[in-house]
Amino acid sequence: MTRPASSVFRRSGLTLDLWWIPRALILGLLAFVIFGPLTNLLLWTVAERWYFPHALPIDYGFSYWARVFAPRGNAMESLGNSLLVASLTVLVSLTLAIPAGYALARLQLPCRAVILIAFLIPQAFPNLPVYVNVARLFYQIGLNGTVPGVVLVHVTHGLVYAVWIATAAFAAIDRELEQAARSIGAGALRAFRDVTLPLAAPGLLASAIFVFLESLDEFTGSYFVGAPDVNMLPLLLYSAGAGGNYQIASISALLLLVPSIGFMLVVERFLKSDVLSKVGQ
Amino acid sequence: MPPPLLGLLLVLPALVVVLLLFVVPLGASVAGAFVVGDGVGLGNFVKTFALYTPDIVFTVLIVSLSTALIGTFAIAIGGYLTLGENPRAVAILRWLYRWPMFIPFIVVGQVLRTFLAKNGLMNNVLIAAGLITPLDAASFLDWRGIVIAFVWKQTPFVALLVAGAMASVDRGTIEAARNLGASRARILVEILVPQVATTLMVSLVLSFVTMMSVLSVPLMINAQSPTMITADIAFRINAYGDYGVANALGLVSLAISACAAIVYLRHSVRERT
Repeated sequence: MTRPASSVFRRSGLTLDLWWIPRALILGLLAFVIFGPLTNLLLWTVAERWYFPHALPIDYGFSYWARVFAPRGNAMESLGNSLLVASLTVLVSLTLAIPAGYALARLQLPCRAVILIAFLIPQAFPNLPVYVNVARLFYQIGLNGTVPGVVLVHVTHGLVYAVWIATAAFAAIDRELEQAARSIGAGALRAFRDVTLPLAAPGLLASAIFVFLESLDEFTGSYFVGAPDVNMLPLLLYSAGAGGNYQIASISALLLLVPSIGFMLVVERFLKSDVLSKVGQ
Repeated sequence: MPPPLLGLLLVLPALVVVLLLFVVPLGASVAGAFVVGDGVGLGNFVKTFALYTPDIVFTVLIVSLSTALIGTFAIAIGGYLTLGENPRAVAILRWLYRWPMFIPFIVVGQVLRTFLAKNGLMNNVLIAAGLITPLDAASFLDWRGIVIAFVWKQTPFVALLVAGAMASVDRGTIEAARNLGASRARILVEILVPQVATTLMVSLVLSFVTMMSVLSVPLMINAQSPTMITADIAFRINAYGDYGVANALGLVSLAISACAAIVYLRHSVRERT
């Protein structure tokens, strides 16, 4: 890309056209590998009947959508639970992460690096054995199969994003802005509320979205701590798929997919490079 | 209040959550592996290795193969994004490769279960293209399905980090090698990859650990024997309530992950000396 412009022009003759053959082949193959499975999923969401050896669904229709979105269907209950748990997870995570992130970015802390690494622990160990024991622990104190129990499990997993991104967001703010507010008479809390917090808002929003998606998509923890009392969308997907109902499974998969892909497309708008370059520092 | 104390006070609640809800249960899992009846012993491990040795070997092979493939594809993608000379092809690749990154594992499991099935879109396209006959169409829902699911989902993550690291490698070195007549493949292998080795290893170790703890993919794509350790743990708990063997299996998966981390540490020590 950084080659001089003249060489690009020189190559723009016959050579360039021929090189597009392998390029198109490889990029086309990659596109098939990535979008083929997703297309297959979309087909399943509108397939009324589809079995071997038919290459495409025999009948198309939306009757399974009607079943999923029926007011009394358990899909609506799962969706509601998933959204409730994800929102509460964001609330709890940010309540914990904003003070922690501010302290890690601004105040002098002993063993700062160790504290930052500590939040990575839940990502750095296989977490299935941990969830099994959390479920056992929660069972003894009556938290198993409750919404707060599932929220706590998701918070633990999401804290690394919340704390790391919040720290980076606070670190990216010019310290002098705060000092200016202080010098014209604002107290420490007031300066934080009126100057620092609004400036850090885009980064905090990004961390909130990260935590929300992590919670929405989390399966293993919900499977051990939530099921069967708290039904969540990933659990519905799993049980519908296990029961051979690929339409319901595909529709719930699509519901989980849309926010994830939407976030992938806009993530760079929230996480500016000045914040990104400070993540993990 | 002195600032260090105030700072600790602000960090403490978040730390306590990680400690109570992750570190303590992790300890309980390690300790629980040695609890037999009312005493302490190695009974759980005897049972674990008698019943699940094939699954442990299967898990190590699957995750190692997936990690190797992920690393290879990530280097290829990162390398083309850095060295590619056609801006349009680079832009298309940059737009294309990231799609699976944020797709949750449970959705990956469902998506690939339908795609790789005997009647899935993959076989249908191959038949339509005349590459195989309908009679040859086989289901990929065995160990190959798990590897494909892992590689599909984890490659973008590693490629993103590797491409980022490659972009910050000094362009001068690359241009100099180019002017001396080095091919792009040689620049990739001899200049770029050694310079991003740390990023590559860290992201591969993180991927390795992630794959070691994914439950949904093995459950959805290949639940029959041999399967992965995670599926066995879930089965021990749900079918027998057998926490002893489940924790022993958990400790085995911890040990396997630790081996991956040790390989990484030895590599980074060698880099520094």
